[in-house]
Amino acid sequence: MRPLLQVEDLHVWFDLADGGELHAVQGVGFTLERGERLGLVGESGCGKTTTALAVLGLLPPSASVAGRILLEGEDVLAGGEATIRPHRWVDVAIVFQGAMNALNPVRTVGAQIVEALELHGVAHGAAARAEAGALLEAVGIPARRGGRFPHELSGGMRQRAAIAMALSCKPKVLIADEPTTALDVMVQAQILELLDGLCRDFGLALVLVTHDLPVVAQLCDRGVVMYAGRVVEQGPVEVLYHDPQHPYTRLLFAATPDLDDLEGPVVSIPGAPPRLDRPLAGCPFAPRCDRVFDRCTVEAPALAALPSGRAAACHLTEAVVR
Amino acid sequence: MSTSLLEVDDLVVRYPVPRGIVGTIARRPPTSVHAVDGVSFAVGAGEMVALVGESGCGKTSTAQAVMRLVDAEGGAIRFEGRDVTKASVRTLRPLRRRIQMVYQDPYESLDPRLRVRQAVEEPLAIHRLGGSREERARRVREALERVELTPPELYLERYPHELSGGQRQRVAIAAALVLEPALLVADEPVSMLDVSVRAGVLSLLDGLKRSGLAILMITHDLSTAARFADRIAVMYLGRIVEEGPAAAVVRSPQHPYTKALLSVVPRRDPRERHGGVVLRGETPDAVRIPSGCRFHPRCPVAEGRCRVEEPLLEPTAAGHRAACLLT
Repeated sequence: MRPLLQVEDLHVWFDLADGGELHAVQGVGFTLERGERLGLVGESGCGKTTTALAVLGLLPPSASVAGRILLEGEDVLAGGEATIRPHRWVDVAIVFQGAMNALNPVRTVGAQIVEALELHGVAHGAAARAEAGALLEAVGIPARRGGRFPHELSGGMRQRAAIAMALSCKPKVLIADEPTTALDVMVQAQILELLDGLCRDFGLALVLVTHDLPVVAQLCDRGVVMYAGRVVEQGPVEVLYHDPQHPYTRLLFAATPDLDDLEGPVVSIPGAPPRLDRPLAGCPFAPRCDRVFDRCTVEAPALAALPSGRAAACHLTEAVVR
Repeated sequence: MSTSLLEVDDLVVRYPVPRGIVGTIARRPPTSVHAVDGVSFAVGAGEMVALVGESGCGKTSTAQAVMRLVDAEGGAIRFEGRDVTKASVRTLRPLRRRIQMVYQDPYESLDPRLRVRQAVEEPLAIHRLGGSREERARRVREALERVELTPPELYLERYPHELSGGQRQRVAIAAALVLEPALLVADEPVSMLDVSVRAGVLSLLDGLKRSGLAILMITHDLSTAARFADRIAVMYLGRIVEEGPAAAVVRSPQHPYTKALLSVVPRRDPRERHGGVVLRGETPDAVRIPSGCRFHPRCPVAEGRCRVEEPLLEPTAAGHRAACLLT
């Protein structure tokens, strides 16, 4: 059986106002199986959100895209809007960080879900209203609250409503872009619990886009670590944490404070990610890496497969494999 | 009781709630939000205290009252022995020099038109300090060195947009340090920064603390508070529900709210997937504060008396203080 979603050698360039080009995504690839939970993790500007938007064909006109995005084997990128449109929201849906921006402020949340259902021909009239109520209940909002406007709901409730709307066409893949970043700890726990339940109950596959490694560690099966528009490491979350191969993965975990480790040193990674509006020589992480050597500054390491379903883009690992 | 640098005693901050046109015509009595409702804590020199809690718990209002950015409705805030809440406009200025603030978002708090040199020098001009031009320049460079932007020459003439987020926050801290404050109030100082540079800024604050500066940190991030603060005060709906040495609060939490909060903080290790106590609902509106223990409607272990009796923040068997009838 073909994987549910395959992203292959994805590139995204943005035209800049000064005539230059920003190479935001530089050959990203990953696979998502049915019902799998994948964490796309990295810091701001690493290309994780751009990758997610490219999968849905939601990039602005200033972007050019190359590569392949296969949905159950069909290349949805090949024909541009015409090939992606039948799948958007129907097979792949997205929830954004600021749920307020995803919802129309002058319509009730129930009416917006009904509209989504009718637009995609899932249900009409009374049936659509009943379905909207069921969707709201599924995300933990009492159906009668569908009559509320987005501003009458709390941040957590708005995020739930946005998730309900994304689920209206029963997609196979839900992409959640920083779904809990603006939320309080307890509300974040509620939303993570909800996503966990939705994946289990509906067999939904999840792509969780976040900067927050612990959230990926808690919710996802596998993690894809991105840096400077590239995948630097990917694998099951357990091995990413317990046996990271790329120095960036290791340092990112070490830079994250943890309640179970109050004495260990908290590491910061000196420097900043490279600019992506000019060509990169060598490994993009080399200037900040604590294990850099000669080869790193001249030759970019390729993402190489390693045992136990993982891969890393680091010259050190290549040496080990040989 | 020994005198700390900052002593907050039974602080109350209220905000009036607009009645709206209907309420005004109907002459409804004015209502107010009890943002802070009887909060007491102290910060000593060379100590970092973290006020931890979710939005609406009153942690930011507490910090603003300390800065006298909002007026206290009741209670006292003593800083270096003087009551901030009663300071006149004239005595407020020297006070504000001794208490400096670092904000959450260094992209907003720095003027994009000012070079680093100007941004760090500006507070000296406002407070008419620093004497000669040479003296001011020396103090600016010293401040930049203290925040590890070295050598200062590399940064002096840059604009904020030429700096990374971490560097910007360091400039904001330098602009606070240039006045040689005794207390730094840091409101979510790293939450807007990338994970890889957060630890650098936190270690910087840690170093400043060790050199004698008192720091009051406002944060929602328990992991950060646990790692860097000496003491933690957990707030819920305008009250401190638990307070004590950071390690004690984190390792042996006594209040059910603290226990729940700690249990849901995601851990780095995927093997540590214990579900945690996910509380239902959300923090209630501070206009309608529940009777008795204000946490009782969401408390997983509440008993009948929790609805009527209000717990006080008292020492527990674990040694630190908690406000729960059941401890």
